[in-house]
Amino acid sequence: MIDQLFVNIKQGGLQLLGGFLPEWAVILVSIMMSIGILAALGPLIMMYLTLMERKVVGRMQNRIGPNRVGKFGLLQPLADGIKMLTKEDIVPVNADKVVHFLAPILIVVPALLAFAVIPFGRNMTAVDLNIGVLFFLAVSSTGTLAIFMASWSSRNKYSLLGGMRAVAQMISYEVPMVMSVVPILVVTGTMSTHAIVEAQGGWGGFRWFLFTPWGFASAIIFFLCGVAETNRSPFDLPEAESEIIAGFHTEYSGMKFALFYMAEFMNTFTICALTATLFLGGWQGPLLPSWLWFFLKTYSLIFVMMWFRGTLPRFRVDQMMGLAWKFLLPFTFVNIGVAGVWYFAPRNTAAVVCTLILAVTFWILTKLNRIYTPEKRVYSFGD
Amino acid sequence: MQFAIYALMVISVVWAVCAVTLRSLFHSALCFTAVLLGIAGIFVVLHAEFLAAVQVLIYVGAVMTLVIFAVMLTERLTDVSVRANNQQIWIGLLGGVAFLTLLIKVILVTPWPKHPDAVAATVMTSENTKHIGIALLSQYVFPFEVLAVVLTAVIIGAVVIAKKDKPA
Repeated sequence: MIDQLFVNIKQGGLQLLGGFLPEWAVILVSIMMSIGILAALGPLIMMYLTLMERKVVGRMQNRIGPNRVGKFGLLQPLADGIKMLTKEDIVPVNADKVVHFLAPILIVVPALLAFAVIPFGRNMTAVDLNIGVLFFLAVSSTGTLAIFMASWSSRNKYSLLGGMRAVAQMISYEVPMVMSVVPILVVTGTMSTHAIVEAQGGWGGFRWFLFTPWGFASAIIFFLCGVAETNRSPFDLPEAESEIIAGFHTEYSGMKFALFYMAEFMNTFTICALTATLFLGGWQGPLLPSWLWFFLKTYSLIFVMMWFRGTLPRFRVDQMMGLAWKFLLPFTFVNIGVAGVWYFAPRNTAAVVCTLILAVTFWILTKLNRIYTPEKRVYSFGD
Repeated sequence: MQFAIYALMVISVVWAVCAVTLRSLFHSALCFTAVLLGIAGIFVVLHAEFLAAVQVLIYVGAVMTLVIFAVMLTERLTDVSVRANNQQIWIGLLGGVAFLTLLIKVILVTPWPKHPDAVAATVMTSENTKHIGIALLSQYVFPFEVLAVVLTAVIIGAVVIAKKDKPA
């Protein structure tokens, strides 16, 4: 009963309205309710993610995060929001006004659109598309365009440099991300997120794809590529505060910067939610309501991302590109073959053979990717 | 339904006209992206969701990124405006309309093949993608393999061009 609480509330409301509204109006209200809930949920999640990040990273750095505004700092995001709203909106004189204005708006759009295909619980997907996963991948690949717009229109060398790095990183990590989802499509035969979660229902709700050899490799690759896509540490070279000021959002202040920040955190949430859906069984689980399981899994993954931020140093740009193209991509190709073997071979031999193939590939790829330091620069006019 | 298709077509044509007449190259690239998104919208209205998603993923996500990289790396940061029209606009328009008429006549007369696999891929069911996959690997396997060879050649060519020369 508590599992379907939100679904029942919505159905009850719609039946109430169906008493005195025509058919098409009820459909319209249903769509508007879904859109309204997602549009409110996105920023709300983002607000409390900023607080969680500051507290968690603060604790890892042996200090307490914000704790003055409200008990345990719970009203800090509201204070941050008010601060962002009241800041002066500075636009550089030479900036391309239209594109400069559009860029922060256009970066929030894909972040919000991706919420539409996430299964928050049993029967709680906003839009159950039969191309759910592909929709998410397509929409998240349009975010690179907004970063280009932001970096180009600022007329700033640091912005341009940061923007180029950001886009190079994002398109490099999109390819292993898409390829690491393919084994799931091979094994389940569908791209709908609802059906993928349903397929992980055995063993009392614990038969997740994470516990298969190809699923384990895919989950790690997808998660790493997701961390790189959202420009979070240790892949946050594009917005490396110590190197290029703030990268592509240097020239944005006030609410526009808040929109960039919001897009980054909403992307974090959707990547973790999608990893939980595809590999950790979505809302499957024995005792608790389905949406509670979903949020537990997603927030554990978000905690892991913040753990990465508090612990690991930043990548150098050539190390980052090398990781994507020379290691993750060949590994994903082998992974797809392994998923095919898993699908056709009987269970026990498949488990042993698949694990063996993946381990050998991992060893070969690490041996082939030697540690590489760039050659020292020769300054012809120095000395 | 018809209204949606016509509206999307009109919007796409407006953006396309903007793409060829704006003075800033970066703005033209952005307008072209809008045209591609409009085409993806037309695919969605025609119940070809897989094609729409793949259009956005590949065209907007990859091809336009490449085009914008090229624009950003070759154009100077200060805005150099390019003259976008000249004296031959009317003759060019005439030639464009003539070509369009020829194309439409040829398209309407061509007998498009109707293999059962390909027809199954156009049916509006939830197994659309599966039928497209089957059609690609059974009826259209030869173009598929030729495309794979072409793409491999492209990747090898790009690597050869981008490689650093060894010091002599």
